[in-house]
Amino acid sequence: MHSIYNFATGPLCWAAFIIFIGGLLLKFISMVRRARSSEPYIFGYFSPYFGLRSVIAWLIPFVPRNGKLNPVFTVVTFAFHICLLVAPLFLMAHVMLLQEGVGMHWGTLSDATADVMTVIVLVGLAYFAYRRCTDPTAKYVTGPKEWVLLALVAAPFLTGFLAYHQIFDYQVMVVLHILSGEAMLIAIPFTWLSHMLLFPMVRMYQGSEFGGVRHVKDW
Amino acid sequence: MSEQTKETKVIEDIGIDAGLEQLTEEQIEKTIMSVINAEGGTRLEAYTKTCVHCGLCSEACHYYHSHDKDPQYAPVGKVRNTMWNFLTKKGKISKEELKRAVLIAHTECNLCRRCVQYCPFGVDTAYIIALVRRIVHKLGITPQYIQDTAHSHAATFNQMWLKDDEWVDTLFWQEDEARDEIPSMRIPLEKEGADFMYSVIAPEPKFRTQLIYQAAVIFNECGLDWTMPSTTGWDNSDMCMFTGDFEMMGRLKRDHYECAQRLKVKKVVMGECGHAYRSIYDQGNRWVGWRDMPVPVIHSIQFFWELLKAGKIKVAKTIDKLATFHDPCNTVRGMGLHEMGREVAKAFYPNFVEMQPNREHNYCCAAGGGVINCGPPHKMTRVLGNRVKAEQLKATGAEVLIAPCHNCHGGLEDIIHHYKLDMEIRFLGDIIYECMEKPNAV
Amino acid sequence: MQPATAWDWSPGRRVVLDDVKKCSREYEWLEEYVASPDGESLAVPANFGEEGASMVVNGEPWENIYERVWYPRYSPDGRLTALAADMGEWTMCVDDTAWENTYGFLLNTRFSATGDVIAAPVQKDGEYGWVVDDAIWETTYEFANQFAMAADGSATAAVVQNVSFGQADIFTYKKGCYSVAVNGESWGTNFINCYSPAFDAAGKSVAATVRTSLYDYTIVVDGKPWAKTWPCAWEPVFNPATGDVCAAVRMAGRWGMALNGELIWNPTFFQVWQQQFSGDGKHLYAIVSPAYGKWTVAVDGQPWAPTFGSQVTDLVVSPDGAHAAALGADAGAYAVAVDGYVWPGTFAMAWAPVFSADSEHCAAKVERRGGKFTILVDGKPYKENFDQVWDPVFSPEGDKVLIRAIDNGKYCRIVVPVRDF
Repeated sequence: MHSIYNFATGPLCWAAFIIFIGGLLLKFISMVRRARSSEPYIFGYFSPYFGLRSVIAWLIPFVPRNGKLNPVFTVVTFAFHICLLVAPLFLMAHVMLLQEGVGMHWGTLSDATADVMTVIVLVGLAYFAYRRCTDPTAKYVTGPKEWVLLALVAAPFLTGFLAYHQIFDYQVMVVLHILSGEAMLIAIPFTWLSHMLLFPMVRMYQGSEFGGVRHVKDW
Repeated sequence: MSEQTKETKVIEDIGIDAGLEQLTEEQIEKTIMSVINAEGGTRLEAYTKTCVHCGLCSEACHYYHSHDKDPQYAPVGKVRNTMWNFLTKKGKISKEELKRAVLIAHTECNLCRRCVQYCPFGVDTAYIIALVRRIVHKLGITPQYIQDTAHSHAATFNQMWLKDDEWVDTLFWQEDEARDEIPSMRIPLEKEGADFMYSVIAPEPKFRTQLIYQAAVIFNECGLDWTMPSTTGWDNSDMCMFTGDFEMMGRLKRDHYECAQRLKVKKVVMGECGHAYRSIYDQGNRWVGWRDMPVPVIHSIQFFWELLKAGKIKVAKTIDKLATFHDPCNTVRGMGLHEMGREVAKAFYPNFVEMQPNREHNYCCAAGGGVINCGPPHKMTRVLGNRVKAEQLKATGAEVLIAPCHNCHGGLEDIIHHYKLDMEIRFLGDIIYECMEKPNAV
Repeated sequence: MQPATAWDWSPGRRVVLDDVKKCSREYEWLEEYVASPDGESLAVPANFGEEGASMVVNGEPWENIYERVWYPRYSPDGRLTALAADMGEWTMCVDDTAWENTYGFLLNTRFSATGDVIAAPVQKDGEYGWVVDDAIWETTYEFANQFAMAADGSATAAVVQNVSFGQADIFTYKKGCYSVAVNGESWGTNFINCYSPAFDAAGKSVAATVRTSLYDYTIVVDGKPWAKTWPCAWEPVFNPATGDVCAAVRMAGRWGMALNGELIWNPTFFQVWQQQFSGDGKHLYAIVSPAYGKWTVAVDGQPWAPTFGSQVTDLVVSPDGAHAAALGADAGAYAVAVDGYVWPGTFAMAWAPVFSADSEHCAAKVERRGGKFTILVDGKPYKENFDQVWDPVFSPEGDKVLIRAIDNGKYCRIVVPVRDF
């Protein structure tokens, strides 16, 4: 168990982060290069002002009309995404590990806050799963891939929660937590989880087209 | 199963069916993959990879609402049954699936881009569906009537098979008619260096000559310096953009703009058409390599608004009937002309009610995007696919529906008729012609 | 009209017509004025009220009156032509004398380079073709468009429809129904579409762009297609010296230039069109877009350094083939560029530049903001602005410029030595 732990927090961890960051970076570079060479339209109309205007509008809950029309979804998805990003980044245990490993550190959340946030992430995922079973359109376009990705995101949070509360075997849980977290990171560049990179890219392009060319808002 | 789903099973269109008969599986696979690889580009990749299959786009689509939330009609549902299918099966799809894809791309999506405003990521479903139509074009299975229109564009440079002399003759005829009302009336042909060239779509000289008459009277009474060409290039419309024949789209736009360049006009004013506007400012110009419009093209909505603001159009009378305003997708999601449009409308119809939703969130007419041009076999697809429009119109209680777009008119007329709404549909030009001061009229 | 050498080239201003508005008070209304090449006449279609309409030249009406008169154009040899209609039949009037025959419709009059041949696309009894000096093609067609004439007027051509098809018959159309007819005689081979027929210098050969399938374009010379096809191709042009044919072709979303079917300019441009050879056939000029949204002129494939954001139009090559001029525009500001240098100043509009016969000088009509017009010669504006001007005309020696202008209600011809600019 100890050797697995060492492997998971050592080489595998490095590999996961390299694949995660490198994968997204490569994706970004390759898309930009291809767009530049073969689709002049994209950069021909790119406008930082209109692009950011659109990104910001969509990052404020209930500004887009569709957000107002789906209030439950809006609340859940904002809470989910904020917690998804904040909880792991500012969890005390993660920051300590980072300090031990590479000497970097930053502010942390109290364990209780992180715990609540983890629950929010899991509740959010549960809601998404429920929606995929009940909303006719979501159901229509949900396949095995969608369930695997939901599970892949749920796993590190669930195992982290269980480990923190010492439910089941702590050692096993921690190892599972690390492995599943790494699996999720590795999956990001290769699946629709890459929307963390593509959201600002597509949104900025679309915002530029709508704002700069079509003189109308896209939300 | 909704009324519509049953419908599509029996739709026959010789353009699709005869084309399909001649195709082999190898041709289908090869054509699909070559278009995707050569033309799909970064946008197709970004749109398909970004989509998290959340289904939020369904709220945007009038077909979805009109079919009791049948997910086949959600934007993402349509992409699933077309482009995703092509991509996951790497082009190895059956003729049945292909026919379904043609019907979806050509008759169940108006490329209205409303869904772009409802997708949190800004995935452009219209782009994906347009690419499906491009594949359909390359396979030679485009619906008959719109293909015929594309043929007309290619042979005559207008969409109604009008011959060069018929065009000029129609203008002379309208000028003669108008001289009974305004003796000094002119439709100035080939006036080099005029302030603007007025361009129309071919259905105007073919079926709706009164629109040319009305526009000419308005320009005359405002004392404007304008012209119309006696050569091709007068028709700004472009069904080739909607069939995916982008090469022909480029040829048409080249001809149109070269006509304006030859006449040395500072701008082009175009009639109340939506799709032609899209072709001119957004798609055709780009294919040619003009980043913007080489000669600025001003839509009638904006032009009328400018004339009204400048005091050149003077309101002689207003009409008391309760009126509402339909925002065409290509002038609203295309150019943000919604406030101008209703300001002009309200100047003549002070008794005004908004439909809900409105402006850039208005529901499409279901005729645009080339759908009405697919002809009689597909009429019920768009009429039944836009029940929500009928409900939206009915809720206003208005007697008059103002819609500044030809395609919208066609689609809305059919909807009003089918759902038995008692509404009169009008163009802005038609209203202005009736209600403006005409100092030179006898 | 006298040959240009015999025109009045004495420098200075002469008022030809003292009061151009006089006739607008005499007749119901006037249309647009046209000035003769030598500047000695100013003509305008005028409406005489109930009687009809006719041309008024230097204030004097033509004797013949028609229901409708329009499209007044001076031929290069100075004859005034106009299209005229009576009882729904059209004819051509040349200096107040109508052609003997009438036609269903005549459109867009054309002239040979010297002006000795007057021709027009025609519709007669619902069929289409060319009428040349009042002689209609022996064979006419149910549809014709894209009309072309040899420079010397010796031959005419058009895209014609050889096969009829019914309403919405997309299948017959796809088999190919169109061809090119030269002097009324069709090539025989049908294509899906034909575009932009063009003559060689001698008027003996014709090239056109054709569509061999809905997806393939190539060039056909005298009925024989090139071996290769492209996803799109623009108008062909003959090399006046060698008879080679070149056309812009599209590959993988970019444009290049092909000569006799082989690429000579690599497809790196976002657009290439309106190519022209120099008279000796040694240089090839074209309007190109070297980067998306940027336009300029390329000489033998090499683009000029300055580019314009909106458009480049009116490419003109000098008679000796060593110089080229074009108009460029950025957001409504028009400029004249010659040999890669942009003349100072921008204008509300500019007209096609004109070279002197010795190719030493270049002039252009421009409209200033505010609606006044003037003439630029070698980049320098004439000292005065006018209410209206026509294209500048160089003297045969190229040392003087004739300005035809309406100034304060007077129509004048002004001869200015080039050195005075």
